[in-house]
Amino acid sequence: MANITEKINKLFPGIPVEGENIPVLTVAEEKWHETALRLRDSEDLKMDYLVTIVGMDWKESLGCIYYLMSSAFNQVIGVKVIARGDREKPLIQSVADVWKVATLYEREVYDFFGIIFLDNPDMRRLFLNIDWVGYPLRKDYDENPEINPVSIENERQSDFTDVYSEDAAGNLVKKEVRVFEKEDFVVNIGPQHPATHGVLRFRTAVDGETVKKIDVYMGYIHRGVEKLCENLTYPQTLHFMDRLDYFSAHNYHHALCILIEKAAGIEISRRAQVIRVMMDELSRIASHCLFIGTYCMDLGATTMLFYTLRVREQILDIMEKTCGARMTFNYDCIGGVMADLDKDFVADVKALLEVIPKNIKEYNEIFTGNVIARNRLEGVGVLSREDAIAYAITGPSGRASGWACDMRKLQPYSIYSELDFEEVIAHEGDSMARFKCRLEEIEQSARILEQLVDNIPEGEYCVKVPKVLKLPAGSWFQLTEGCRGAFGLYLESDGSTKPYRLKIAPPCLPAAAVVDHLTRGEKIADLITIGGSLDYIVPDIDR
Amino acid sequence: MEVTTKSMPYDAWKDNEYIEGLVKQLQESGTNVIVGSLDKLINWGRSNSIWPLTFATSCCGIEFVSLGAARFDMARFGWEVARSSPRQADFMMVAGTIVNRMVPVFRRLYDQLAEPKYVIACGSCAISGGPFRKSYHVAKGIEDIVPVDVFVPGCPPRPEAMIYGIMQLSRKIKVERFFGGVNRQEKQAEFLAAHPVQGVED
Repeated sequence: MANITEKINKLFPGIPVEGENIPVLTVAEEKWHETALRLRDSEDLKMDYLVTIVGMDWKESLGCIYYLMSSAFNQVIGVKVIARGDREKPLIQSVADVWKVATLYEREVYDFFGIIFLDNPDMRRLFLNIDWVGYPLRKDYDENPEINPVSIENERQSDFTDVYSEDAAGNLVKKEVRVFEKEDFVVNIGPQHPATHGVLRFRTAVDGETVKKIDVYMGYIHRGVEKLCENLTYPQTLHFMDRLDYFSAHNYHHALCILIEKAAGIEISRRAQVIRVMMDELSRIASHCLFIGTYCMDLGATTMLFYTLRVREQILDIMEKTCGARMTFNYDCIGGVMADLDKDFVADVKALLEVIPKNIKEYNEIFTGNVIARNRLEGVGVLSREDAIAYAITGPSGRASGWACDMRKLQPYSIYSELDFEEVIAHEGDSMARFKCRLEEIEQSARILEQLVDNIPEGEYCVKVPKVLKLPAGSWFQLTEGCRGAFGLYLESDGSTKPYRLKIAPPCLPAAAVVDHLTRGEKIADLITIGGSLDYIVPDIDR
Repeated sequence: MEVTTKSMPYDAWKDNEYIEGLVKQLQESGTNVIVGSLDKLINWGRSNSIWPLTFATSCCGIEFVSLGAARFDMARFGWEVARSSPRQADFMMVAGTIVNRMVPVFRRLYDQLAEPKYVIACGSCAISGGPFRKSYHVAKGIEDIVPVDVFVPGCPPRPEAMIYGIMQLSRKIKVERFFGGVNRQEKQAEFLAAHPVQGVED
């Protein structure tokens, strides 16, 4: 920590640095683009991974907090930039040319806060309609449903996107740019399509069988969770985490609990930590099992679904006995877990650990070695390590490109630093590598479970927490590993019982953004292979 | 007339009054013997092969996948033929939240289903907006957008609840008048007239 603050002070003398765990710089808007380039390229910092852009409305001003991470030095910093101009037209320089994923993140901030990013090549609304009135995450947003009514009429579509820039005199200039070229043949895929894994829509420009460009349309399941959280107390916000990426329900829940406990200074018992980690790893196995099943089904191997769901059902049984639900468990709570483990838990987990190796062997025999599967997966959709970092593709997809990005290792939380497991890394970067990484992660999760199942300590499962939980004023950021990658949470409190701002940085949003990059020049049938291998969950993208 | 299946006693069902009402309507309509017998035959076939549309937006859709797998096995009931095209499906299981942007798409899917068509609102989001009801971008229940036949509560409902919901639908199908009834769908025509789609731009 002291180390990184020194480095920053050396590189940027005079820039204020604050924050306890994660240093936060405040950079003037005029210098932001230049600073961003130096942060990325400096040999001492190498901030090459943009974790998220948190849009903020501080009432008197609008702005963004950029969270950056260095893949080489494993350090996280925040950069605060306050927008120039009034609330009508707040402006910030774009960093879309510095980090590739920023193009999409800036669109998201524009959609929610109306901050215009100068020179961003694609400044459209992301989740909401073109004609949507107002910016929903602003504090003065009018939620009257009559302004933005539910309509059964088709929404207005546009072939153009906007690019804002400033001319020499400092005036804001808006330029309309075509999304596709005029003579492009555009095919619409989704939102109702069995292979898009939910309601995602691709506008695909094709040249014969070859994909020229994909324009990803999101927002078909945008439920405004971040805004909803601002009107709920801290314990009430927890249950939304289950409904984002419903396969990582435990993991996401765990992340928010850690964040709130960190902010409130609550120490939880060892027993609760072990239970939470075991639930996380069980979820990971169940999630990857379902991925394998549905992915193979997309590729035409329907039978695999029945094999993989067998293991998943066994895990759901274990969870049901303890948590009382098959999905959306709402099990972790602030201070520990909701209820103690079921009496059969240990025996059930042991029974599961016995069948997992046999099942993985079976999956490999049926699918992995199959000549059709190999032809369809190997060498398709190759993502280089540099691109994985620039597009912020984390989780098994990022690790398949050779980027060690497991937050359980990089930013250990809970008891992960004590556990013995390997980070699964492949270097091919193709769809097959992404598939195999997930398969091997099941083995590693089983290894973690093996270490813990006989060592669940006695003790209380939930510590006493004040009935009305108030957090001190301040801001916190937490990175954890969901089933699909790095899951970031930013929390800002103004000292009341409700969060002032809760920003969710899901791993699936960049995964959807990279589809365009990966499919260019590939055949249209490979779109299904590539999209499936990235394993995005649409409610996690849209939130 | 007690409408039930072989394995389930009549008293074990809920909402029997609704089905009894339908039976009463059917008896009062005074269909002749031949058409009535033909109706029965056709409804027997229809109620045992209701094909769903593959439609899911969020969590409930995953439970629907579980429903298709070996453990819950909806093939036992003749529902396993999930079609990806609405033109080949009999009913749609609205599994998940319907948000503002999805509403026109969802309505178009419904319009594309071939008559006679049915809708099951599955999960609290589809019924009322559920936990997201207060959001700025969520439709507060799908009943304003399409007519709904069966509601299955839960967040998400267990696969067993979904089975029960579809069984209720199949019971409803059994007591419908086919000729001059559902194959014409007067009620739906009324609904669509009251909820018209205006000037579609291209």
